Amino acid sequence: MQISLTINGSKHTLDVEPRLLLVHLIRENLNLTGTHIGCDTTTCGACTILMDGKSVKSCTILAVQADGKSITTIEGVNNADGSINHLQEGFKENHGLHCGFCTPGMIMRATELLANNPDPTEDEIRWGISGNLCRCTGYNNIVKAIKYASAKNRGVEPASTEPQFV
Amino acid sequence: MIQCKTSKEISGMGHSMKRKEDIRFIQGKGKYIDDIKLDGMLYMDIVRSPHAYAKIKSIDISEAMKVPGVAAVVTGKDLEKYGLHWMPTLMSDTQMVLPTDTVMYQAQEVAAVIATSRYAARDGREAVKVEYEPMKPVMDPFKSLEPGAPILRTDKPDKKDNHIWHWEAGDKKKTDDLFNKAEVVVKQQMYIPRIHVASIETCGCVADYDKVNNHLTMYMTTQAPHAIRTVIALVAGHVGLTEEKIRVVSPDIGGGFGGKVPVYPGYVIAIAVSFLVGKPVKWIEDRSENLQADSFARDYHITAEMAGTKDGKILGTRFKILADHGYTDASANPSKFHTGLFSIATGSYNYDTSFMEADAAYTNKPPGGVAYRCSFRVTEAVHAIERITDRFALEVGKDPAELRMQNFIKKDEFPWKSPTGWTYDSGDYHAGLQKAMDTLDYYKLRVEQAEKRKKGELMGIGISTFTEIVGAGPSKDFDILGIKMFDSAEIRVHPTGKAIARFGTKSQGQGHETTYAQIIAEVLGLPAANIQIEEGDTDTAPYGLGTYASRSTPTAGAAAAVAARKLVDKARKIAAYLLEVSEEDLEWEPGKFWVKGVPEKSKTIQEIVFAAYTNHPQGMEAGFEATHYYDPPNLTFPSGAYICVVDIDKETGAIKVRRFVAIDDCGNIINPMIVQGQVHGGLTQGIAPAMYEELIYDEAGNILNGTFMDYLVPTAVESPNWETGHTVTPSPHHPIGAKGVGESPTVGAPPAIANAIIDALSPYGITHLDIPITPFKVWKALKDKGVIQ
Repeated sequence: MQISLTINGSKHTLDVEPRLLLVHLIRENLNLTGTHIGCDTTTCGACTILMDGKSVKSCTILAVQADGKSITTIEGVNNADGSINHLQEGFKENHGLHCGFCTPGMIMRATELLANNPDPTEDEIRWGISGNLCRCTGYNNIVKAIKYASAKNRGVEPASTEPQFV
Repeated sequence: MIQCKTSKEISGMGHSMKRKEDIRFIQGKGKYIDDIKLDGMLYMDIVRSPHAYAKIKSIDISEAMKVPGVAAVVTGKDLEKYGLHWMPTLMSDTQMVLPTDTVMYQAQEVAAVIATSRYAARDGREAVKVEYEPMKPVMDPFKSLEPGAPILRTDKPDKKDNHIWHWEAGDKKKTDDLFNKAEVVVKQQMYIPRIHVASIETCGCVADYDKVNNHLTMYMTTQAPHAIRTVIALVAGHVGLTEEKIRVVSPDIGGGFGGKVPVYPGYVIAIAVSFLVGKPVKWIEDRSENLQADSFARDYHITAEMAGTKDGKILGTRFKILADHGYTDASANPSKFHTGLFSIATGSYNYDTSFMEADAAYTNKPPGGVAYRCSFRVTEAVHAIERITDRFALEVGKDPAELRMQNFIKKDEFPWKSPTGWTYDSGDYHAGLQKAMDTLDYYKLRVEQAEKRKKGELMGIGISTFTEIVGAGPSKDFDILGIKMFDSAEIRVHPTGKAIARFGTKSQGQGHETTYAQIIAEVLGLPAANIQIEEGDTDTAPYGLGTYASRSTPTAGAAAAVAARKLVDKARKIAAYLLEVSEEDLEWEPGKFWVKGVPEKSKTIQEIVFAAYTNHPQGMEAGFEATHYYDPPNLTFPSGAYICVVDIDKETGAIKVRRFVAIDDCGNIINPMIVQGQVHGGLTQGIAPAMYEELIYDEAGNILNGTFMDYLVPTAVESPNWETGHTVTPSPHHPIGAKGVGESPTVGAPPAIANAIIDALSPYGITHLDIPITPFKVWKALKDKGVIQ
């Protein structure tokens, strides 16, 4: 089947099998390997992308369902000048990643979370990313990273990125 | 709080330097195994058994071969022609690569389909028809050892039962004598459930055999690339694939936790197929395959006993273990250690009498026994000692914190010889527990608890004060397949004073690219930002045994420090030459030599390095490079004091972790931010088995929760807001006084949580529940005691 879609701002027309998963289109056909696959049950969120601004798990969407849509992957979130955005910076500055495998999905999910709720509470962040599994970080610093981006987006000074100890 | 000897610009030890590796990961530019794509690459998918135990009557590949894109289907009979249908395990057992006649567990590999695309391989997999004759599986290790149980390993002609091995440590007679006459003896049967590492990236490989040059490049998710290269050479040397013809590359790894140490059948099949067809072959597991077939962790049935006095003095311990290893012992332990380092189970307490023994049984479950974020069975050991210590405190009516304070080994009693033969290097257990208690105002919580109990409300406070044993290990005892467990570092400083350093270990998220650079910066005074770290390519990195068991800092980190010191020695000679003084007249601080009393007469390390290439003394070897292979004189013994506070809803059994304070002592700290990150992550991997995770099998051998839908990895909602801190007791024998930390929290957290829950329930006579302690288990225990209807 022929489909047309916009990925990270560029338009693509592709001939795909009807059963092709969107994540495979992204990874295999377009070589955008920043979107990862961590499960086969729509549970882990490593494959999260934005489709028309909404975060979706691309392992559970057929490529043909993305016909006519606009997709954003981790490769498309940097600022226009190529610098990293506030969420990316938040993850780096707050040690919000270890192995990095869940990170692109987390950032994509958090992008929509902050778009809908620019100043979320800790509880709202935790529930907001509960569809994305991280096995490394224990989530404390992911929460901190998203709070950092929220503050920066709103022009507020973020909390210290130094680790806090009891 | 942490003293730094270097400036932030240098960022040696103690600085919370932001991680150098992050810049690629946050932009989706990490390079993981499934991101590798080679010209002409074929894809492999694996047919798996639906039965736990069955004879294979036939495998019909004819329909599969008709599927467009399918190139080949490989069965055990095909591999048998090359003697590749079985492979050795690290524990001197044998494991099927593909079966020729019998499957031994559900999800076992039965055949491999090779095709031109991922989808075609999966189509081919669905078209392979296998006829089975199911047999009744043995799922219970206790029943497996009963007389008359069906013998599972019929491939071993001399095997007359399902018993694998027996192991003992300590003094049996002395311990039995003590228990026979002790004032107080407590005994508890406990099960440490079978769990899975569940790293978010599954396992996989791309085997790329080049027929023209007779050369194999094996890209794979491995924590130990060098050892893998040697194993491939030992197994495939007879077909001409000798060690110089093999390159193993471990790319970015999406979490390892011990699960990426073993050699899985999929890797071997991919190599065999690539070797036969001369094309690259990619194999990537899906999540269900990963959970159902890859090596499990834990699965120990333990009877723990403690003997002591009525006033709370611990006098001795006794442990009896039954280990369920599935159909083969594929544990990833050092060769001489059947039960890993379980003998650390004597704990943080001062007593001299202990005996422990273990037996292992075959069952129809997947093989394994990986050291899941744990230095070889230390998690099981710590759970046993910390649970039985709480049982003892309850029995003698003492506060569990006070009983621990009463029994701790004192800081001036180190080095301390344990009843099972370990020499603990250093520790200050009293300080750690005191800090944890002060942090959450322990006695105030006890007052609150007493008030709540009067109202019938359930609140619990649980403590775990553990001693870890990591950094395997000293070559006199520690080897894997005969290769001693040293590790290595090679530092090359370029003429302009920038460096590359390579290691025998392999980060899977631990942040080696940053922390190793900080160790070298600490010693040499070169900015850590200018030191590039590389690991994971056997063609370039020095030989080492890899990253697991919290061994990277204790071994390769030590190697980095020693190699850097060799460079300081060379720098001194060059500086003396440049400054025209004798070496004895020089003073050194990281980054600079100067003439004693004449500080303005100095040479920076960058100037000295440049001279090593441009103006070195006649007779001296040019260049500025050093390598060190570090053989640790002892293991390191990190410790921790964890306190967990829970509130439990009596009617539903729902458990809320209100607070969790973790005070770790990992010796000198290289990067406080990374240490804290490791502790956070480990704690979440500790709450996981304590409250959520267990691989469950039914009697027919079916796994009941083999996907992420029902194997409950904690999300950000289940994971509490961890509160962490540290005490610092340097290791006296480690070059930089560090001990390793990655695993402490995973090891220490489960008993703190279990003890908190039991503490909440103890007024009703509930003295133990096995982990994972779910709301249902709590509700049922309360119902059984008649507390609720």
